Amino acid sequence: MAMKYLKSTAFYVLVVFIVVQALFPFYYAIITSFKSGSHIFEITYLPNDFSLQNYKDVLFKGNGTFIRNFWNSIVIATSTVVLSLFIAVTASYALSRVRFRGRSLMLMTILAVSMFPQIAVLAGLFELIKGLGIYNTPYALIFAYTIFTLPFTVWVLTTFMRDLPIEIEEAAIVDGATPWVIIRRVFLPLMWPALVTTGLLAFIAAWNEFLFALTFTSSMDTRTVPVGISMLSGNSEHEIPWGMIMAASVIVTLPLIALVLIFQRKIISGLTAGGVKG
Amino acid sequence: MANLVLKNVKKSFGSVNVIKGVDLEIKSGEFMVFVGPSGCGKSTLLRLIAGLEDITSGTLSFDGQVVNALAPSRRGIAMVFQSYALYPHMTVYENMAFGMQLSGGSKDDIKTRVEKAAALLQITPYLERLPKQLSGGQRQRVAIGRAIVRDPKVFLFDEPLSNLDAALRVATRLEIAKLHHSMNSVTMVYVTHDQVEAMTLADRICVLRDGLVEQVGTPLELYENPTNIFVAGFIGSPKMNFLEGKFAESYKAHTIGVRSEHMEFVKKGGWQGSVIHAEKMGSDTYSFVDVGSAEPIIIRETGTSRHDVNAKVSVAPMDGKVHRFAADGKAI
Repeated sequence: MAMKYLKSTAFYVLVVFIVVQALFPFYYAIITSFKSGSHIFEITYLPNDFSLQNYKDVLFKGNGTFIRNFWNSIVIATSTVVLSLFIAVTASYALSRVRFRGRSLMLMTILAVSMFPQIAVLAGLFELIKGLGIYNTPYALIFAYTIFTLPFTVWVLTTFMRDLPIEIEEAAIVDGATPWVIIRRVFLPLMWPALVTTGLLAFIAAWNEFLFALTFTSSMDTRTVPVGISMLSGNSEHEIPWGMIMAASVIVTLPLIALVLIFQRKIISGLTAGGVKG
Repeated sequence: MANLVLKNVKKSFGSVNVIKGVDLEIKSGEFMVFVGPSGCGKSTLLRLIAGLEDITSGTLSFDGQVVNALAPSRRGIAMVFQSYALYPHMTVYENMAFGMQLSGGSKDDIKTRVEKAAALLQITPYLERLPKQLSGGQRQRVAIGRAIVRDPKVFLFDEPLSNLDAALRVATRLEIAKLHHSMNSVTMVYVTHDQVEAMTLADRICVLRDGLVEQVGTPLELYENPTNIFVAGFIGSPKMNFLEGKFAESYKAHTIGVRSEHMEFVKKGGWQGSVIHAEKMGSDTYSFVDVGSAEPIIIRETGTSRHDVNAKVSVAPMDGKVHRFAADGKAI
């Protein structure tokens, strides 16, 4: 009996620990973002000030650069997700359903791509982007992010598609469906849960990325939000505008939270129920 | 409507030969059943006819036209799968209409045909439901309906009843038989491992083993004149009694086979033994008699049996009802 209490207590202690370590930094960012003036430098764990000055500063000081960066991030992350999912869905159909020589080698190679550290390919990718003439445009980042999210999306969708019942595809073939029709009208509706999950993760990766964004853009109005935040400046060279940085961080986190909340309702398991036996 | 001819059809997956040369003609409007133990290649043969697998060598023709390279959708076939294979995200109506939509049928035309098929199979009330809201039997009817809507020349069934429970299996079997009577110009090919389904549904049965055809014939031909020991043992329930050694010698054969209904209890002569078990089915009684052969002999009597367990009895085959087989398994 005592053992049982000990176990459940230990379990909840662990849960609390994980929740606190995951949420505390964000919580601290939120309460800091509402502080103004010298309050910022007082260490408190409960809100002791409520001012929207930091938010106003971030949004409207600096001629709307932040809003511009925010918009860039939305466009780039969304395009990355759409492009990455499109390529991944078509690729995973081939990799999971079409028999061809070197299929598993190809799958391993795709996975291997994700092992390279970003910094290792940075120089080469920079040359490529220069060569394509898309340096300092949103396309540079869409291009780079698509490359880096593809291994993950292809891998997950291939695994998922492989588990879809083969008979459903064969029924569609007998019904006269081409591979493209099978993907679009039969598989895609069944793959919503996987698409939402991988799409969200790809979006988050593209949204938070810093190194490529810093390297492949050079002007204020092509930058994305993470770089934009790092470049926020205070009134003097020696002042770090913590309040604005915190406010900006909170603002850029909101779309991610909104996306997760919207799409978690779409993640319905057992979508294939009823199609085949068992 | 289509006459199917298979000429020396072979199929191998890598180095494994699954179909080792099949010659078969399926006549227009015929209900042909492929039957055999698991792994005999019957499903593969059906998939070759469907076009879901490529034929390694040999020719397959529909009405004289070679269709080896034709896509499944252009062969004029429809297929019903063991696992139903319905599109889970589409309603019953959409499931049935999908094929016609792809081939570009007009909306009204599709509607008429879907509704006609639904009425035939009594699934009209479920047209707006999703497959997961249906029972197994209803799902299989939808799958059959989807096949009917395509208005095929050849209907292919891949063990369509295997996933249903026993009562539903009998009912759906009747549905399929009725379907065959009402669409008697459509050729049907049906795969099963269940010889009862084969016997009850087929115009002709094709018994397969290890990728080869063992015998083709009407159910009664196969039952009465099996050409080899495998077919004799596979067709019929309970299994045919086989006896070797001294039992067979007096008939000048390596093995003899006698069906349970062709055995009888005799007063004198015959084979001596004792009853080890009796299965009382009400209409029939199956007595298992140990006469010293490898397996006990099964004897069918109508009604209830006069013989108790452990009773000493004499049994003998009826005159002219003994199947004789040579050492290589061929009938003599």
